[in-house]
Amino acid sequence: MPRRDKVNLIKVVILGCGRVGSTIATTMFQEGHDVTIIDQNPDSFRRLGPDFAGTRILGNGIDEDTLRRAEVHKANAFVATTNGDNRNIMSVQMAKVRFHVPKVVARIYDPNRAYAYAELGIDTICTTCIGAGLMRDMILGNQFGAVADYLHGGLVRTTEEDDNA
Amino acid sequence: MHKKGPMYVIVVGAGKVGYHLAKTLIAEGHEVLLLEKDRKILESLQEDLGEVLAYGDGCEIRIMSEIGMGRANVVVAVTGDDEDNLVICQMAKRKFGVARTIARVNDPKNEELFKELGIDQTVSSTRIIFNLLEQQIEPGQVIPLAALKKGEIEVVEANVTPGASVAGLKIGQLDLPPHTLIISVIRDDHAMIPHSDTKLKEGDSVIAMIKAEREKELRAVFE
Repeated sequence: MPRRDKVNLIKVVILGCGRVGSTIATTMFQEGHDVTIIDQNPDSFRRLGPDFAGTRILGNGIDEDTLRRAEVHKANAFVATTNGDNRNIMSVQMAKVRFHVPKVVARIYDPNRAYAYAELGIDTICTTCIGAGLMRDMILGNQFGAVADYLHGGLVRTTEEDDNA
Repeated sequence: MHKKGPMYVIVVGAGKVGYHLAKTLIAEGHEVLLLEKDRKILESLQEDLGEVLAYGDGCEIRIMSEIGMGRANVVVAVTGDDEDNLVICQMAKRKFGVARTIARVNDPKNEELFKELGIDQTVSSTRIIFNLLEQQIEPGQVIPLAALKKGEIEVVEANVTPGASVAGLKIGQLDLPPHTLIISVIRDDHAMIPHSDTKLKEGDSVIAMIKAEREKELRAVFE
């Protein structure tokens, strides 16, 4: 079901047409946003289904030329959802620094890396943290917390550094 | 050739560049750790470099702590993937306070980006080879040696070819473009610190520091 609470329509560029990227693309397209999605594998675009009429860009998301073709410089938001944490980290910084995109978000699997880059001012979503935290609360019958609780929460911060903190 | 005493250098990525860099640093007396996440590559280097090898992903904070990244003087990331080299250097710098980070850049377009993102130095073999090629085809006798301040200032070598109009002139008589500083005149493999009375001879090499946009004018002087 498309959500109707969003009135502001934006131009969003999504890197990575996997399950997460294609889901963001199709839902935001249904909501009326201007959606561009980038992937280096043309087969990935099949995940978008027949109704998606946004822009598909075939290319490497950490190549400036690809981002320019995707008109990242005109985007209000850029989100990186490839399977590579570092690829996502690099592409969002590229979008921010080179193309001045006001809102950038990176999906990062490694909780420590997500935490480190969040501290450095990059918006990160650690799906590992969120998934693990939700599952734990489900197992224990706890009420779910806020997203931020899971992102920087007690469950997954395991480095010596964090233990000392 | 190190003047500041031995350093602790962490090299990430044990491909050909990392391997030879580690060997060279060891030979110079530095403390080296070569980190690699591919066990097969590690095994192949075991006999040669056993004691300096470490297994692990250079982007993992746990590994970085284990190998003592906090006390490294320099971290050099030379994997084949620019995104990995970027993250290794950024984490080394910002999480572990490493004073100097050097990243290999495979796509030369990333050099500027990496510098903007806080990496101290980048090395792009693509760029270096391209620059060498470009020097070959550029006319004139002025060869760029180094670029300083993001390329704003250049150190160049200008050759006094046989029959060149500058041969026989004193440095003070040269019609040099503004913002040019003659640093040295090299004659018969001997580097001299010249003064304005130093007379140029055929076969001399003149080393000059110059604003990059003035290079063409300097070339005209030596043509």
